Amino acid sequence: MEEKVKVSGGTGLSGEDIKSGKIFLMDDSLDCAYAWDTGVAINRYLSELQKGRIIATKCRKCKRVMLPPRLFCELCYVPSNHWVYVQDTGVINTYSICHVHWDASRIGENEKPYLPAVIEIDGASDGMGIMHLLGEVDPDDLKIGMRVQAVWKPENERIGSITDIKYFKPI
Amino acid sequence: MRKVAMVGAGMTKFVRRALETPKELSYEAAKTTLDSCGLSLDDVDCVAHGTAPDAFDGIHQNGEYMTCGSGGWNKPSMRVFVGGATGVHAIVHGWHHVASGMFDTCLVVCEEKMSSAMPHAQGFFLTIFDSITERALQPNLLWIFALEMNRYMERYGYTKEDMALAAVNNKRNGLKHPASQFADEVSVEDVINSEMLAYPVSRLDVSPVSDGAAAVLLAAEPVARRLTDKPVWLEGVGWNLDTAYWATRDLSYPRYLDKAARMAYEMAGIREPDKQIDIAEPYDPFDYKALHHMEGLQLSPRGKTVELLRDGHFGMDGNMPMCPSGGLLGVGNPIAAAGTMKVCELYWQLRGEAGERQVPGNPRLGLAQAWGDLMQVSSVVVAGI
Repeated sequence: MEEKVKVSGGTGLSGEDIKSGKIFLMDDSLDCAYAWDTGVAINRYLSELQKGRIIATKCRKCKRVMLPPRLFCELCYVPSNHWVYVQDTGVINTYSICHVHWDASRIGENEKPYLPAVIEIDGASDGMGIMHLLGEVDPDDLKIGMRVQAVWKPENERIGSITDIKYFKPI
Repeated sequence: MRKVAMVGAGMTKFVRRALETPKELSYEAAKTTLDSCGLSLDDVDCVAHGTAPDAFDGIHQNGEYMTCGSGGWNKPSMRVFVGGATGVHAIVHGWHHVASGMFDTCLVVCEEKMSSAMPHAQGFFLTIFDSITERALQPNLLWIFALEMNRYMERYGYTKEDMALAAVNNKRNGLKHPASQFADEVSVEDVINSEMLAYPVSRLDVSPVSDGAAAVLLAAEPVARRLTDKPVWLEGVGWNLDTAYWATRDLSYPRYLDKAARMAYEMAGIREPDKQIDIAEPYDPFDYKALHHMEGLQLSPRGKTVELLRDGHFGMDGNMPMCPSGGLLGVGNPIAAAGTMKVCELYWQLRGEAGERQVPGNPRLGLAQAWGDLMQVSSVVVAGI
């Protein structure tokens, strides 16, 4: 069968083309700085994390207990200003064992892999998970469905951040 | 609404690092497309241009900057940007322009140059995570895929070997694509034994970083019939966007894609997509995602996709070849251009012009899909001849 696929351009460069100076490069870098307001709902969430508690909002219409808490229920599109405390325990919905840094460089031999997970928090509605990290566990022992509990930073080190929870550990 | 057809297609080679600038890549793909149907830029009424994050190029308002390359200068021209779904969504966008009756022709051009971003384009995806509740954890783009893949495998009892089958299938198909950046066949063992990046994701489960561009010319029915005796009709389009609360969703099933697909099928009058669609180009930035998407597209029953893949159902000689182009895993993944490459593939396959990788049996109906953002968005195009 006749091929009529039209391909033009896309000249591949090798590392050598660049190293040898055959190709000119123009380097630049951007240094962007931001200060994000945490907003009505997340501000309260963070202030409770600083106190060592996890707080959620409940929608009076669909009854979902939502994490992270939100000013409005995006399903019912009504205010969700009813605050409820949930537990600092939960279940691993899914996890990963990550051997690369954010910029795709590899972790060093003496570095431990990152253990990100989605954790369904007890007291929140079914399937309401948050992303966090796991710790105090051999990565090979990890399983979906494992029960975990938050390990909090000491009170005087908490700053009102999701990192006031150091990680979740199996219980 | 007017009927809209594809009447031309073209693309650049996909490469790890291209000599050409984003404008030059856009020009090459657009010009090749115009040449393929014997038209000039004067014949183009409007332009839909797609490129993914500005951060890759480090150029704010990148779409405007790119207009001379995409042919959009001094014309009604608009950039489309829905992350990884851009390449198919730009076609949907162009379809609106022509179907509405506003324009007789629309040139759709999608481009991506990822290699400029230092030290690695992946770093720029960090800003996709919630700025307060997630970024403080110093996340990595791979996490969301690894977390979704693990959940998907757990839900149906799939193994890493099962997922690798999709990589092997797509990469094998891609070897016959003249724009592919790959030259070697891989086996399931190669995928399994490749470097572990973020369990369960290994190096060869992932598509590469690429530079490239792809384009399609759309025309209203009377114009299309004048230009070619084989117009490829856009029979259905669909798209859907879910919330950004990705960790609160069932990661094993893409419900936004389910909705997008049903929208496209309803428009195309398709009641049994798994029987009616002849070729499928699901979005495959990772091998598991091709399978995950086949299920969301209703082209395979949930949890049965690996069995069908093993049985050859999705092979080149099967009932519904999956990614005959080779997909992102087999050709390359210049984000926005990759989705449009899939639509180009439908154009060539349905016209019987795909050469060495032509799907046998005169396929008449094909589907292309792209996906993006925080497990959030999908766009679908159904094309027929």
